[in-house]
Amino acid sequence: MRTEGFLSKVKSAGLAALIMAALSFPIVAYHADMDLTRGLFLESRWPLVAILVGGTFILRLLSEFVFAWMRGRPAAATRKTKQGISPRAFHLIGFAGIGALIAFPLAAVFMLGPAGSLKWIDNYGIQILIYVMLGWGLNIVVGLAGLLDLGYVAFYAVGAYAYALLATDLGWSFWLCLPICGAIAALFGLALGFPVLRLRGDYLAIVTLAFGEITRIVAVNWTALTNGDAGISLLPKITFFGIPFSKGAEGFASHFRLPFFPIERTIFLYYLILALALLTNFLTLRLRRLPLGRVWEALREDEIACRSLGIDTVAAKLSAFAIGALIAGIAGAFFAVRQGFVSPSSFGFIESATILSIVVLGGAGSQAGNVLAAILIIGGSEFLRELDVLQEFFGYTFDPTQYRMLLVGLAMVAMMNWRPRGLVATRRPSIFLKKAKPVAVELIAEGRG
Amino acid sequence: MTAPPLLRVEHLTIRFGGLTAIDDASFEARRGEITALIGPNGAGKTTLFNCITGFYKPDIGRIVLMQGEPNTADIDRLTRSVRRHGIFASGCICLLERMSDAEIARRARVARTFQNIRLFSGMTALENLIVARHNPLMAASGYTILGLLGIGAYRSAEKEAIETAKYWLAQIGLTERADDAAGSLSYGAQRQLEIARAMMTEPVLLCLDEPAAGLNSAESSKLNELLRDIRKTHGTSILLIEHDMSVVMSISNHVIVLDYGRKIADGTPSAIRCNENVIAAYLGVEDDELRLAETKVGA
Ligand SMILES: Nc1ncnc2c1ncn2[C@@H]1O[C@H](COP(=O)(O)OP(=O)(O)O)[C@@H](O)[C@H]1O
Ligand SMILES: [Mg+2]
Repeated sequence: MRTEGFLSKVKSAGLAALIMAALSFPIVAYHADMDLTRGLFLESRWPLVAILVGGTFILRLLSEFVFAWMRGRPAAATRKTKQGISPRAFHLIGFAGIGALIAFPLAAVFMLGPAGSLKWIDNYGIQILIYVMLGWGLNIVVGLAGLLDLGYVAFYAVGAYAYALLATDLGWSFWLCLPICGAIAALFGLALGFPVLRLRGDYLAIVTLAFGEITRIVAVNWTALTNGDAGISLLPKITFFGIPFSKGAEGFASHFRLPFFPIERTIFLYYLILALALLTNFLTLRLRRLPLGRVWEALREDEIACRSLGIDTVAAKLSAFAIGALIAGIAGAFFAVRQGFVSPSSFGFIESATILSIVVLGGAGSQAGNVLAAILIIGGSEFLRELDVLQEFFGYTFDPTQYRMLLVGLAMVAMMNWRPRGLVATRRPSIFLKKAKPVAVELIAEGRG
Repeated sequence: MTAPPLLRVEHLTIRFGGLTAIDDASFEARRGEITALIGPNGAGKTTLFNCITGFYKPDIGRIVLMQGEPNTADIDRLTRSVRRHGIFASGCICLLERMSDAEIARRARVARTFQNIRLFSGMTALENLIVARHNPLMAASGYTILGLLGIGAYRSAEKEAIETAKYWLAQIGLTERADDAAGSLSYGAQRQLEIARAMMTEPVLLCLDEPAAGLNSAESSKLNELLRDIRKTHGTSILLIEHDMSVVMSISNHVIVLDYGRKIADGTPSAIRCNENVIAAYLGVEDDELRLAETKVGA
């Protein structure tokens, strides 16, 4: 028995190595380069091929053992997913998390000083919170309504450009622009919703993907409005409800008799995005308890059954697209005011893919899972930026951030094996008679549009 | 004295490519009665349900749902117009072949269940029932806006919906399982829950597609009780597809027999039992099924 299992593992590892050999032969084995006389020559890289094939063999063999070990203890795993955490513990964790988020920038400033904490508040705090908010927005479309949207970044872009144009051309204030940007993005959500109403699954995914790309390409080419690739810069900076964060007597610091630090603006931006994200969360939780949110989930479970109950599925789908887009639009306006600059390069497909990965990795439909996934993916890729030490090993042409998507990919592969439906996969009922029992993931439909 | 008709199907025909799934079928289902629709597999029973509930559009024919006792002249007047439904002095008329599936459920108040159960399996039994109240609850929540702000009558409307849901959960004996996912319930319980969900929409006509399929005899007799109760206490008329002849004979007032898309018989259960067309239709099947059919029909 044992040797048989071992043999099959070796066989599977050998197969993986064979595939790697077949793949690396045309791609890696020969490398065409130019010599000093500008003539082409072929450089063979057989040692690299050998390393790749050998590495694949060893990794595959190791993973086979790990999976076999994991399969050996299913009892513990199922018990954990069935039980879940109690609603009270869930609330406690939620409130503790919010408390930690509120305390985070102040703690960072105290520990690292105004200059040292900038990176933590801006690159980690604000960046992660933007993606938490975007993940929560997309969660309404993908997680609740079950509509696969690969072009979500379009609405983020619409919000950002709407703010850029309203603020520079019309000189409107950020606080006025914020709801307007959300509303404009929601209109775009409806505009996307109408043509895709009849599409399901793969087709829906392709059309939404195209919609995202079209939005970006319009931003590149409509130079009269968007200034093309160069983007729109010098956007007005965020103010404390009208009081600028500047050094002078008119500034925020002197107004509140505080010492002036440039980081005050960043801290304000942090609390702003925190408030916007929490508002999104509150909205979603509230909607889930209203007929609209319930019908989104019913739509994901079975659209035909919805129609047999007299439910207007068109309105349900459009409202999911519109509210998801509204949230992205507001996040986009925030992104624009934080950067002070918008350009099409911020709104590529990779952004949509990142947001979708957060939703999927977090567990579609789960608010808490989204936060964990955003911290993992966005925090992880920020963290990779810091690993300059790796250049000591791989040479100075090695850029760790280039491996960001590799990290995301690895996280996804690991998750597919470990928890195919995301970090937090159980569903909380929106209403109950006696006790809210979490619904096991196997019973929840993923939705096919 | 016979009750007035509730549903009138006239010359209904639907084709799928070369196959005529329903061929010129006409019949009536009367108010307050249980009308059974029987026939061998592939006879077109489910297709007929799909036409009545708007999931398929018939190629030819008229499907009229009547409230009150509208006269023929009014029905014909509505048919000549482009309208889908109308209220006349004599009663309210819906032309189902012109209406969409959701509109039929919402306005004509026809509810249905499916041959292969279609519950919201990742939602709890209670949630399944509450979703069926979507339209009134949506209006009560001010189309979500008032509900979000916590003003208006939403709270009381939801409470009322929960009370109704509790009533139906008690009727189908699932009060204890209210907070369990619908997908985790037993097959028989799922069938009953689907019926309860349909009843939550307060229909005038309930269409059940093989509700007893896959049930054991205890569950089956519980189902009969439920259907009798629905008809008696709620006055809902029932259109029922059923294979089990003992069920059909014991609870239905009227039986319609389809074979290869054509109506071959129409009458009281006792008349159907000795109708030679029906026996011949059931004789046309394989030898194994023949014996089964004979015992079922009681021939
Ligand atoms: N959507 C469809 N497309 C093509 N053929 C269909 C479709 N729906 C039903 N049919 C055909 O119509 C006939 C009647 O099917 P159905 O109504 O399901 O029978 P029953 O419910 O009486 O067993 C069958 O031959 C079936 O294959
Ligand atoms: Mg059928």
